[in-house]
Amino acid sequence: MGANTAVAPPHKSNGIRTGEAAGPEKPRRPRDDRKAAWLFLAPVLVGFALFYAYPTLRGVYYSLTDYNMLAPPNFTGAENYQQLIGDEQFWNALRVTGYYVVLNIGSQILLALILATLMHRLTRSVALRALLLVPWLVPNVTVGLVWLWLLDANLGFVNHMLDALGMETTSFFNSPSLAMPTVALVNTWAYTGYTALLLYAGMLQVPQHLYESASLDGAGEWRMFSRITLPLLRPVLALVLVVSLIGSFQIFDTIAVTTKGGPVSATRVIYYYIYEQAFTQFHMGYASAIAVVLALLLGVLTAVQMRLLRASRSDLA
Amino acid sequence: MRSINRRAGAALLCLAATAGLVSCGGSDSAGGKTTLDYWLWDDRQLPAYKECATAFEKANPDITVKITQTAWDQYWQNLTTQLASGEAPDVWTNQSTYYPQFAANGQLLDVQPLVDRDKVDLSGFQAGLADTWVKDGKRYGLPKDWDTMGLVYNTAHFEKQGVSAAELADLTWNPQDGGTLEQAIAKATVDAEGRNGLDPDFDKKHVKTYGFLPEWADGGHGQNGWGPLAASIGFQYLDKNPWGTHYNYDDPKLAATIDWFKHLIDKGYAPRFDKSSDVANSELITAGKGAMTIVGSWTISMFTDPKVKEKFAFAPLPAGPEGRKSSINGLADSIWAGTEHKEEAWKWVKFLASPECQKSVGKHAVVFPAQKAGTEEALAAHKAQGRDVTAFTDAAASKDGTFLLPVTEHGTEINPLVQDAVQSVILGQTGAESALKSVNDKVNGLFK
Repeated sequence: MGANTAVAPPHKSNGIRTGEAAGPEKPRRPRDDRKAAWLFLAPVLVGFALFYAYPTLRGVYYSLTDYNMLAPPNFTGAENYQQLIGDEQFWNALRVTGYYVVLNIGSQILLALILATLMHRLTRSVALRALLLVPWLVPNVTVGLVWLWLLDANLGFVNHMLDALGMETTSFFNSPSLAMPTVALVNTWAYTGYTALLLYAGMLQVPQHLYESASLDGAGEWRMFSRITLPLLRPVLALVLVVSLIGSFQIFDTIAVTTKGGPVSATRVIYYYIYEQAFTQFHMGYASAIAVVLALLLGVLTAVQMRLLRASRSDLA
Repeated sequence: MRSINRRAGAALLCLAATAGLVSCGGSDSAGGKTTLDYWLWDDRQLPAYKECATAFEKANPDITVKITQTAWDQYWQNLTTQLASGEAPDVWTNQSTYYPQFAANGQLLDVQPLVDRDKVDLSGFQAGLADTWVKDGKRYGLPKDWDTMGLVYNTAHFEKQGVSAAELADLTWNPQDGGTLEQAIAKATVDAEGRNGLDPDFDKKHVKTYGFLPEWADGGHGQNGWGPLAASIGFQYLDKNPWGTHYNYDDPKLAATIDWFKHLIDKGYAPRFDKSSDVANSELITAGKGAMTIVGSWTISMFTDPKVKEKFAFAPLPAGPEGRKSSINGLADSIWAGTEHKEEAWKWVKFLASPECQKSVGKHAVVFPAQKAGTEEALAAHKAQGRDVTAFTDAAASKDGTFLLPVTEHGTEINPLVQDAVQSVILGQTGAESALKSVNDKVNGLFK
């Protein structure tokens, strides 16, 4: 009970105001609650300061230097950022990342929506739901390696099938036009089950009687989906979109084990570019600058989406 | 084996004695045991160097050598992070593209004063190897091995196609008609119906075995393909190597070489890049998917492994208008500038570079040691196993037959730039001349 009341103030103030928020409410609470609150918050705060705040500040500092990890950094001001503007590889990285996100999120949400609807309206088998999660449980590096082998031009099962069907074999990860869609679909394969489960949970919140009355009125499945399920799913859909969009921007591991940014620069996404700059070319300062810009970009994107999310939350009421 | 160890031990005792005399003045060793960290990346070489370490420890009971092997893909990253955190290994295996960066940032110990002090004899090394590691009078490592390039081919396959070993040992090449190399490759390319590349009905859409497997993840040097061929028509990477500051990637000779590779692909004699496997060429060729490729001497044991089903042989690179040209590249052992055990690390490096250690490494026949005596051991070991590796040793020994891979600043930045440009040509996205001209401007821009 004590812990419950101790955590209450920050909850009530909705996380926007913190310590001072307790001010006006003072008469209602015993003094030592706040001390207890800080005590409980301390581990998280220390962790946050040590593993998030400090590295972020240090990263911002490095972005203003020529740090190469081997020699002490020299302050160079905005030089890295100026270089960034003229760096075609950086713009290319943003472009291919955007392309990836569109392909990945588009296909993933669409497929997940279909799967979730089927689970919702057709079968509620727990075993099936569990099966859908299996690809999501496999580590990304393993997923990348498995598909690298399956799709290999010479030894891959998929190309054996193509060959058996009399079709021309191809190298999915080495073709400039196919490489990015392939990576995007591999990750769609890995994540669709999880996304579908989230959407399914959202669908369960839709009152059952709506479907019953709709079917009494003679509405078909498609009509019920478009008129009932989809509109009422919007808040959940928005949440899933925010979460998976940010996750999608962070695409790295699949690229690192399959295409390594190639062919030419077709899959050199922003995170892979940062990694290359920092750890294979030792431009830690420059890599930090890209990371800072990326953080800002993601911040803006999240803010926009949060607004969308809040708009749809009022929809629910 | 034992006699080698004993000889090594005797030599080391002398070394230890001299080192002891010098370090008598300000030695900080408190009589405790020193552990030296030593890094290398090649797992096949690990047993050979473990043997050296054992011999070294026997002669220097107060020093233990801890060898860490990390795969090439992670090696430089790990090393850099360790350097950044001040925890680097005392001694590590160095490579010529990477070391200028470490030298420029003061991470490598200049061993020239120690070489002078101990009067280390550098004349036993293969010519040219020791000098790669010198910049502005400072010496950043002692050579440990060398490699040259050659052709590897499937003997039964070429025999069946009517190309003899004698023909393959004396191929010619030029970018206009590809010389006898292209003829051999064409004959070795076989489609699903069993027709070879010279047959008018040859179906390039259904090739069963490609005559040649090119390498396209080859950085800024093209060591496994365009590098040696372009050199055989007179291409030179740099105004001055090592330590040049102007690259010549815009040389029309290089463009002509890359165009020839493209032509090979268009003919169907080599796999299209966007349809090629992600598996390494060495694996594909041992699986019978290709008949020939260019390889480095460090891969010999992959092809001669008794477990490999197909039989392979090595041939010299084809002779271009300027003769046969193979890259020669060597690794060295370098000492970290921040080591706490400078004298011990130097002792270990000196031992690694000594004929004793290199001869024992040579016996393993996994690599050609930098010491000529070590190379001879390796040759003898290969011969005893019935392998002919003279393609590589002849290349190293021939006058004007070798060239150095580029050793300059910015090596790690140049590699991806040039590799991307070459890949874009091979994929048909851009013409060779314009792509190479534009990448050359970028590369030279790094030196401004």
